[in-house]
Amino acid sequence: MIPELGQFSLVLAAVLSLLLGILPLWGTVRHNTTLQSLARPLALLQFVLVALSFACLAYAFLNNDFSVKYVADHSNSLLPKPYQFAAVWGGHEGSLLLWMLMLTGWAAAVALFSQSLPLAMVARVLGVLGLVTVGFMLFILFTSNPFDRLFPIPADGRDLNPLLQDPGLVIHPPMLYMGYVGMSVAFAFAIAALLSGRLDAAWARWSRPWTVIAWAFLTLGIGLGSWWAYYELGWGGWWFWDPVENASLMPWLVGTALIHSLMVTEKRGSFKAWTVLLAIAAFSLSLLGTFLVRSGVLTSVHAFATDPTRGVFILIFLAIVVGASLTLFAWRAPQVTLGGSMGLISRESFMLLNSVLLVVATGAVLLGTLYPLIIDALNLGKLSVGPPYFNLVFAPLMVPLLFILVPGTIARWREANITEMLTELRWVAAASVVLAIGLPFMWGPWSIGSALGIFLGMWVALGSLHNMVERLRKPGRIGGSFWGQHLAHFGLAVVVLGITGVKSYEVERDVRMSLGDTVTISPYTFRLVDMVDVNGPNYKATQAHVEVLKNDKLIHVLYPEKRRYFSSAMPMTEAAIRSSFLGDLYVSLGDPIAGDKPSWSMRVYHKPFVPWLWAGVLLMVAGGVVAAMDRRYRRRNLDAQLKTAGEAMSNAV
Amino acid sequence: MKKFLIPLVLFFGLVAFLAVGLKRDPREIPSPLVGKPAPAFSLPTLTGDKLFSPADYKGQVWLFNVWATWCVACREEHPLLVEFSKTQSVPIVGLSYKEVQAADQANGPLSDAAKLSLARERSLRFLQRQGDPYKLSVMDLDGRVGIDYGVYGVPETYVIDREGVIRYKQVGPVTPDILQTKLLPLIRSLEKS
Repeated sequence: MIPELGQFSLVLAAVLSLLLGILPLWGTVRHNTTLQSLARPLALLQFVLVALSFACLAYAFLNNDFSVKYVADHSNSLLPKPYQFAAVWGGHEGSLLLWMLMLTGWAAAVALFSQSLPLAMVARVLGVLGLVTVGFMLFILFTSNPFDRLFPIPADGRDLNPLLQDPGLVIHPPMLYMGYVGMSVAFAFAIAALLSGRLDAAWARWSRPWTVIAWAFLTLGIGLGSWWAYYELGWGGWWFWDPVENASLMPWLVGTALIHSLMVTEKRGSFKAWTVLLAIAAFSLSLLGTFLVRSGVLTSVHAFATDPTRGVFILIFLAIVVGASLTLFAWRAPQVTLGGSMGLISRESFMLLNSVLLVVATGAVLLGTLYPLIIDALNLGKLSVGPPYFNLVFAPLMVPLLFILVPGTIARWREANITEMLTELRWVAAASVVLAIGLPFMWGPWSIGSALGIFLGMWVALGSLHNMVERLRKPGRIGGSFWGQHLAHFGLAVVVLGITGVKSYEVERDVRMSLGDTVTISPYTFRLVDMVDVNGPNYKATQAHVEVLKNDKLIHVLYPEKRRYFSSAMPMTEAAIRSSFLGDLYVSLGDPIAGDKPSWSMRVYHKPFVPWLWAGVLLMVAGGVVAAMDRRYRRRNLDAQLKTAGEAMSNAV
Repeated sequence: MKKFLIPLVLFFGLVAFLAVGLKRDPREIPSPLVGKPAPAFSLPTLTGDKLFSPADYKGQVWLFNVWATWCVACREEHPLLVEFSKTQSVPIVGLSYKEVQAADQANGPLSDAAKLSLARERSLRFLQRQGDPYKLSVMDLDGRVGIDYGVYGVPETYVIDREGVIRYKQVGPVTPDILQTKLLPLIRSLEKS
């Protein structure tokens, strides 16, 4: 009965989203405020219904209701309870339901926290979100219903993929989806602005906190995915340029360009058409990512059960949503007025360069990701594009981007004075150069790559600190957006330093070890001392005991495991990682090797600075949250202010 | 006005490629073995007593299916193979591929004889429960025959003609669609010639 209830409330929610997509928007056309004011209650109600539906599916999982096909395919009675809950989004259908929960959740949030917005704007934003929701609702109900029953009812479920039985994977998809779906709010604001013809500073201001929060979630989701891959896949990599990773990176890059461009639109009234285009692009790339992951057009480690009908559906949806938005853009954008003028060297010109570099980087990633598909479509053969391509094109774009970041934060609007900027930054520049030349000597062989990476990381980190110190010396309250900006930039610097450190100084040894054998990665010695059997709740494991010695003193014992899950018989590697401020010791257990005495293949790695990656990501996320919480965005009298500003402008005209 | 249309035009170009891409299977990898004689081997069979080599089936069309009990996708295609073996006269030979995995040897490597008996026991139990579509299965414990055939992912299915030449290679599970549109027409034309 419960699954039927879930199904029923999902259908009801679909009807409501259709109403939400039609009535308020119609209200704005007819200037009917009654219809417009339906937007908020409809948005809230559809969220409640989707939440109920989600709860029903979760209930089916927690009660081992294997008569539901989706539950039978993704859970098992032996699966620990937290994972039974997380298994709700362990497959295609449930993860779409989670996606719906978030989409309607964002709409409900907009409905609740938009008191300062004019009613017509709320009606348009929520209406657009309603239309997007309708598309996904149809998708889930017609191609991917998680509530389908199964007969005969199996005695037990097939279990959740062991790779997904991990805390990192429990929270990674929700965070990533929050980011993906959050971009739909930025998109809805952009479309609402195009519809109203009111592409102005007010629109940019309303849109900014939502976009920044979505960006923060996306950042966290990507970071978590990378962290999971690092410790769970067992070979110490943290970014693979896999199509699905690229699918999340592209909206992130464009979203980053968008939050910067929105600032220019708000402060100076410039870049309006460009900003709108970025907002459309960020959401379009989120949709494209969904298409790539779930249609099976590209091979990827993220193997969702793929189905061509699903692919066709998403492609049509993509074509309608993005096609309509870009048509609207082509129609309305020419009427947009240009903003204030800008000098060759000014805050605006740095922001423009930032946008261009990020968009070119996105284009490069998009090309690399789709190239195999394009070549195949043109019947030119089969090929794959690997990390060498991406590293080759991506790094040269990031170097200038990081470089202009610092002058961009201190340049004045309209016209900046170069001499003044050079004077201001001379100590930051000098310190970064000295550290870039000096630090690599401490760590190992000096190389131009590590020096460049350290220079850029230090340049951004010290530049941010410089900004903060300078600001603290001046009087006045400092807004959240200021702290957020520099916190995020500082976090980026930490990530850059982490990447430089691990890329330049990591040591990887793939060795064969018997009991008692040692392997040395100076200054650490690893000794395999024991091999024991361990029983988990739903798996059996072989666990190695590896002692880590430094200067002949025992400092840690690491316990890497090889697990065999009962339900799937798929062996899984659990790496043992010892993290410290300066890096990770990483041991993963491989296969036994035949020979005179028992021995195993082992991967023993020293991965310096890896924790910096995660710390940097967290700082960026914190920066985004702090910036979005800026009190400026929450003024109740925003409306009144804008009205007076508008009157003043029309009087002036 | 025109420049504002550029994004739209670019986007529809992209959609066109995606639409074509949808019809392609990225897992379909051209195998250099198609059109070449099936590599020779001689392996023990699942039920024991004899060795099998591809030369034994010269003069008839047969399917060569790579499988293992640990392989999740194999379980997916298994019912279809069972159905096929009931309705079609073309024999399916199974290649039990690396049945004994590292996790089975957690307490140190097993001897070859122990491996073989473990693999036999597990495979037979699987076939008893799920149905046995195979005329016979051969045991490729160390995966060497798999290397000769360029096994890329389990399951894989090869169509081998009367001359012992590989005519088709399917990477990943055989679906009803692939069976209807690719395998069956090919088998029929091979049987006629």
